[in-house]
Amino acid sequence: MEMVSLSINDIEVEVLAGTTVLIAAEQAGIHIPRLCYEPDLSFLGACRLCVVEIQGMRNLPASCVTTVTPGMIVQTHSPVVIEARRTILELLIANHPQDCLTCEKMGDCKLAQYCYEYGVKQSSLQGERHNYAVDDSNPFIFRDPNKCILCGKCIRACAEITGKNNLDWAYRGFETKATTFYDVSFGESDCVFCGNCVSVCPTGALTEKQMQGKVRHWEYQKIRTTCPFCGTGCSFDLCVKDDQVVGVVSSPEGAVNGRALCIKGRFGWDFIHNDRRLTTPLIKRKGCFEPASWDEALNLIADRLSEIKVKHGSNSFASLSSARCTNEENYLLQKFTRVVMGTNNVDHCART
Amino acid sequence: MAGLATSFGSGAMTNSISEIENAELLFLIGTNTTEAHPVIGYKMRQAARKGAKLIVVDPRRIELAEEADYWLRIKPGTDIPFLNGLMNIIIAENLYNQQFVDERTENFAALKETVGKYTPDYVSDLTDIPVEDLYAVARLYAGTDKAMAFYTLGITEHVCGTNNVMNVANLAMLTGHMGRPGTGVNPIRGQNNVQGACDMGALPNVFPGYQRVIDPAARGKFEQAWGVPLAGELGLMIPEMFDKANSGELKAMYILGENPVLTDPNSNHIRSGLDKLEFLVVHELFLTETAAYADVILPAASFAETDGTFTNTERRVQRVRKAIEPLPGKTNWQTMIALCEKMGHPMSYSTAEEIFLEMASLTPSYGGINYTRIDEKGLQWPCPTAEHPGTPYLHANSFVRGKGLFQSIEHIPPAEMPDQEYPFLLSTGRILYHYNVTTPYSAGIASMWSDEYTEVNPEDAARLGFVSGDIARVSSRRGEVTTKVTVTDRVPPGMVWMSFHYGETPTNVLTSAALDPITKTGEYKVCAIKINKIKEHIHE
Repeated sequence: MEMVSLSINDIEVEVLAGTTVLIAAEQAGIHIPRLCYEPDLSFLGACRLCVVEIQGMRNLPASCVTTVTPGMIVQTHSPVVIEARRTILELLIANHPQDCLTCEKMGDCKLAQYCYEYGVKQSSLQGERHNYAVDDSNPFIFRDPNKCILCGKCIRACAEITGKNNLDWAYRGFETKATTFYDVSFGESDCVFCGNCVSVCPTGALTEKQMQGKVRHWEYQKIRTTCPFCGTGCSFDLCVKDDQVVGVVSSPEGAVNGRALCIKGRFGWDFIHNDRRLTTPLIKRKGCFEPASWDEALNLIADRLSEIKVKHGSNSFASLSSARCTNEENYLLQKFTRVVMGTNNVDHCART
Repeated sequence: MAGLATSFGSGAMTNSISEIENAELLFLIGTNTTEAHPVIGYKMRQAARKGAKLIVVDPRRIELAEEADYWLRIKPGTDIPFLNGLMNIIIAENLYNQQFVDERTENFAALKETVGKYTPDYVSDLTDIPVEDLYAVARLYAGTDKAMAFYTLGITEHVCGTNNVMNVANLAMLTGHMGRPGTGVNPIRGQNNVQGACDMGALPNVFPGYQRVIDPAARGKFEQAWGVPLAGELGLMIPEMFDKANSGELKAMYILGENPVLTDPNSNHIRSGLDKLEFLVVHELFLTETAAYADVILPAASFAETDGTFTNTERRVQRVRKAIEPLPGKTNWQTMIALCEKMGHPMSYSTAEEIFLEMASLTPSYGGINYTRIDEKGLQWPCPTAEHPGTPYLHANSFVRGKGLFQSIEHIPPAEMPDQEYPFLLSTGRILYHYNVTTPYSAGIASMWSDEYTEVNPEDAARLGFVSGDIARVSSRRGEVTTKVTVTDRVPPGMVWMSFHYGETPTNVLTSAALDPITKTGEYKVCAIKINKIKEHIHE
């Protein structure tokens, strides 16, 4: 593989030919701010926040779409670059609601993060502002187009991860909008509610509705686990606050899926806290279920199963294990059936 | 599973999901991947858009049919003649992989003789697929260096399911699309841990790791490990369990996390079986249709409340981690240990990992796997030793059984076909927004998709006077349900399609009692029904 040497902030860096300046800097431990760049999506170069100074180039090029050349001399945080980034941020917030106190994205907002880093408190630019209606058409994705910075990540995620192409640019100039075909709500569109757009949105334009008003992004703990629905085996993080699951977020590290999920994995988790969950053993007496203690229930089961085994033999018992349960639970149930009940009558729904 | 085990010596998906990305050709038969396995479906769509050839064989106009180079609208229940027809052309035109057939397989002569009868004209008559499409697809599949075949329940849920599977295996072996990245025969497993439940020996014929209960050596090994004598005769498969419950021979059952009343075919037979049991324990998250029959219900912990592992469709063993305390106070493994103890068999596991390690010590393909090694990315079995890196694709240099076994397979029509009384063919499956029978407990999902919408072709709808939203009664010889109707050309004329997610429309009341004779899998994909309008759509 051909290697290219260049200088970034006076550090000599050697990277593979074809690498972008943004990645080369990252490999040298330098973080260049970015809003529209996402490693698992195609590169757009739209937000301009990742501009850098490159000796011999007339303008400040976007580092996410500029490939390295031998001997290139790059400055990522020179005064002119910082000034340019401040201006870009001011332009972005000139037309961005500043309701950060109640914004769902607070604590996880890239725009707020960079404004903080670059000391942009408010915009000196005054002009027309959008006043779009929010899209609250479905139980999964809350969409506030006023908070959209037109980075186009949702469009690319929908096309390049999910392959639905449900989103694209509409209108021109100031009216430009990342939206659905015919600019209808998500609920009326062909959206499949995989939420892969939500997982890449850098601002509060697309947020998880199920988390609305329940949790701040710094309040939950993330527990990496495996999806309990189909056989694909996607990884995701359960967001936990006060011993309650409050959401699911994906990360690019999923072994099978990267950040991609479907509606079931990302939004189907709320069965966990469904009111109808059983929390105590139930014993049927005269045709009605009555709550019982664990001891009472397990004693009854132990007595009845032992009795039936003695009276009718081991093969009068059978167990149905579960393709939904863990390996450990399946192992134990087949062991119980074989060791305790003395029969091979154990099966599960692989055949159904 | 039995089909691939016969052909190859292992029933598992041969290759890996990540290989789809760079595939040259994807051959999908009986899998609606974008709805049943969405994230795998995304990858297939991406591959097709990058230039991989996509062949979709499905009676329904599924999403991937729209992206396909060839969509073959096969007549339900004719997969065997279709595959035989492809092999007929491939052999006749000498497009098969002679070297692979000679070196890696046996019984080719018998296959050749059988498929010789399935001429393109004959097959086209049986399958409704045009002759020119049969030629084009046969040449494309055989002529591509690397081709991945995928199937799911559209292949297995037939009376001839095992034979269907073996015929897909025949096709892959004939063309040498095996044992390399980007090839293989890939059954995409339905449930999150159906692969694991099989691996764990939750089957009536095998101990963990597919070690057969009738093999005295295997039995001896487990008797020594578990310290008790073990039964040596085969146990009952699910349909046999319910037959014996109905006949009174089976007296007691323990059902963990399954809802056969809603998910198994011919559910009235299941209900009467459960009713006749002397004692039924159901260990469940919810008071399901099945749990209603229980004498004792044990509340279960969900995946978020327990440590453990799932094994996905590509044999990857991955961690499940406890995020919250179990709502009922006990994890399921703790409940089972407590029961074992009360029945005089104390077990000393204090963590889920201890259970895993005991299992791994008895299961050669899991021998090198532990929680530390799978912490980040999981491992794909076989992984027999602590140094083994796992196995992304199977059968690399030889098949698990040695040589791949060709099986010559004749057409077996579905057990029940439409007739004058029941003129429509009903097929069933999953929709994107639901996962079997758990997602209706998700408030968000239930609020958007709360009703069954039975698919009826526009030609049939016009004749019967249906418009979308009408309420219909669907009846078969076994029962009837009411459902909303949607008029769509996703289904061909003469075919009706339903999902099975809804307690209000329990589709499996209708489905056939016919079973594959080997696996006892129900024929969910074909039965005969009639459909009548009972109420006009009310415009709101």
